[in-house]
Amino acid sequence: MIDRSFSEKDRWLLPEGIEEVLPQQAEHLERLRRDLLDLFHGWGYELVIPPLIEYLESLLIGTGDDLDVQTFKLIDQLTGRLMGVRADMTPQVARIDAHRLKREAPTRLCYIDTVLRTYPSGFTRSRSPLQIGAELYGHAGIESDVEVLHLMVEMLAATGIEQAHIDLGHVGIFRALTHDAGLEREQEMALFNALQRKAKPEIEELLAQLAMSQEQRRRLTCLVDLNGGEEVLVEASAVLSTAGGRTLAALDNLRQIAALARRRMPSVPLHFDLAELRGYHYQTGLVYAAFVPGHGQEIARGGRYDDIGKVFGRARPATGFSADLNTLISLSAATPYQVRAILAPDDNADDQNLQALVRELRQRGERVIHALPGAGGDIREMGCDRTLERREGKWTVVSL
Amino acid sequence: MNTTLTIALSKGRIFKETLPLLAHAGIVPVDDPDTSRKLILDTNHPEIKLVIIRASDVPTYVEYGAADVGVAGKDVLMEHGGDGLYEPLDLKIARCRLMLAGPASGKNGEARMRIATKYVASTRRYFAAQGKQVEIIKLYGSMELAPLVGLADRIVDVVDTGNTLRANGLEPLEHIADISSRLIVNKASMKMKHAAVKTLIERIGEAVAAKEKTKV
Repeated sequence: MIDRSFSEKDRWLLPEGIEEVLPQQAEHLERLRRDLLDLFHGWGYELVIPPLIEYLESLLIGTGDDLDVQTFKLIDQLTGRLMGVRADMTPQVARIDAHRLKREAPTRLCYIDTVLRTYPSGFTRSRSPLQIGAELYGHAGIESDVEVLHLMVEMLAATGIEQAHIDLGHVGIFRALTHDAGLEREQEMALFNALQRKAKPEIEELLAQLAMSQEQRRRLTCLVDLNGGEEVLVEASAVLSTAGGRTLAALDNLRQIAALARRRMPSVPLHFDLAELRGYHYQTGLVYAAFVPGHGQEIARGGRYDDIGKVFGRARPATGFSADLNTLISLSAATPYQVRAILAPDDNADDQNLQALVRELRQRGERVIHALPGAGGDIREMGCDRTLERREGKWTVVSL
Repeated sequence: MNTTLTIALSKGRIFKETLPLLAHAGIVPVDDPDTSRKLILDTNHPEIKLVIIRASDVPTYVEYGAADVGVAGKDVLMEHGGDGLYEPLDLKIARCRLMLAGPASGKNGEARMRIATKYVASTRRYFAAQGKQVEIIKLYGSMELAPLVGLADRIVDVVDTGNTLRANGLEPLEHIADISSRLIVNKASMKMKHAAVKTLIERIGEAVAAKEKTKV
C-alpha cells in the first residue's frame, strides 16, 4: 500500500532510494573522486560529462528492455518529445565517441556522475548510484581488454578494496553453443535465465525438451559447473573440445586474455565462470566482475561490447567497466578522511600579522575558521582541534 | 578447512527433511531448534553454523550474504524472483504442487476472476502467461476460506494431499508448478568460499541421489 498523505512531520523525508551525503562522508567521497580521476588521467582516460537528460530514443538506442524500464521519463515542454534521465552512462559515452569525437586513433574516456534508476538495486537499495567508469574504443585485441581490466583493479585498490575477487567469463562461448544447437531466441533466453541462477535441475529439464544432439546437450549442461580457479580453462578445453569453431575461438580468446592478465597483474588471483553472462544483451566478448565477501552482487563489472557503436552509425570495438562509487565507499577499508581545522579569532581586519598567518596556513592546505562573535556551541562541532592564540606577542597554533 | 559457513533453514518440515542430507555431508547440529531458543545453532564443526528463520526470509538472507547457503521451497523462490542467487540443487524434499483451486461449481464466465493467494507474483505471472486478466487478493493464510465466504472466486496455494481443499468443498483445478526445496547459494560465497561450498553441494547431491534410489 502506498501512503500518499504527508504530514508536517514527514514532509522532509526523501524518496525511497534517494540519498544525500553529509559533510564527513562528502569529504571522503570527493577526495576519492579526485584520486580516481587522477588515476584515470594518468592512464590517458579523458573525462567526459554527458548530459543528465536527453531524448529517450538516443538514450535507449541499442540497449535492452531492462534499461527502458529503469529510466525515469518526462515530457520536454519545448518539443513535446519524451525525454529520459540517464540510468546508465555507458551508451551516452559510446555516442560521444561515435558521433562527436570521430577519431581514428583509440579513444579512452572516463566519467563519473549520478544516474537515476526507477527500481532500487544492490545492497544499498539505491536509486541514485554515483556511476564511475572508463571505456576504451577503437581496439579489438586482448591488450585493450586487459588494460581496462587492469584499470578496474587499480580503481578498486585506490578505494581501499584490496582483495577483490575477479571473475572472468566470455559471452561468446554460450552464444556460439546455443547458435550451433539451433535454439530460438525464446529458448535461448529461458536457458540464459536458468544459467544465471545456476539452476542445474531447470537447465537439464529445459534441454531435455529441446531437439538437439546428445553432444550439444552435454556441452550446454556442462557450462553450469565450469567455475572456479585456473583449472576451469583446462577443464573447459577438455569438455568443449568437440564444439564448433566459434566456441573454441571464444574459449581461446578468454585463455589468451587470462594469460596476458596474469603477466600484467601477477599478484591478482583470477577466477573463471563460464555461466556468468552479465550484460549478455550487449556484451560481445570478455565479461568480468569484482566481488567482495558477504556482498551478493558484483561491486564493479565490465567487458567487451563491440556492437554498441553500430547503432550510432559508427561501429567501433569497445571495452569498458563501471561501478557505483557509493557502494565502493561503503565497502572500503580505508579510514574516512578526518577534517582537522584551526580556530582563528574574529577577523576584525586590524591585525596584519593575524591575517598574514591565516593566509599562509590556508595556502599550506590547512582549514582555518574564524570565530564569529556571540556564536554558541562547541568549537569541536566545527572540526577544530587547534586554535590560534597570541603567545608572547606572536600568533601561534595551539593544540586543544 | 577454516572457512566459516552459515546455512539458513526454516523450522518444521524443511528443517527435519534437510537434517539427514546435512548429516551425509558430515554436518550435525549440536542444539535442537525445538527446545533451544537460540536463533544461531552450533554444529559439530565450529566453523559451520545454522540460522533458523522464517521460510520466506531464507532467500533474502542468502541473497544479501547474511547466510552463505540456504534451503528454500521453489514456491518461495518463485515469489522472491530475480537472479540474485544461485539454486544449484533440487533437494527433492518438502514436495508439493502449486495449484489453482476453487469450488466444483465455480463460475467460469467472462467476468474478471478474483484470486486469493499468498503467492501474488507467481499468480500474476501464471495468468499473464495465459493472457488472462485477474484480480489478486493477497492473504497470509487460510486461503480455503476465501471462496466459501465470497472473498474470492478461486485460490492459488500449495497443495500436498488435497485433504484441506476437499474438507472445504474445493477442488484442484489447474496445476501451476511442482514444488520442492532447493539448495540456494549466495553469489559471492559460491565464488569466494568456492571449495567449501562446492564440496557441500556435491555431498548433499550424493545424499539426494542415494535417497531417490532407495525410493524407486
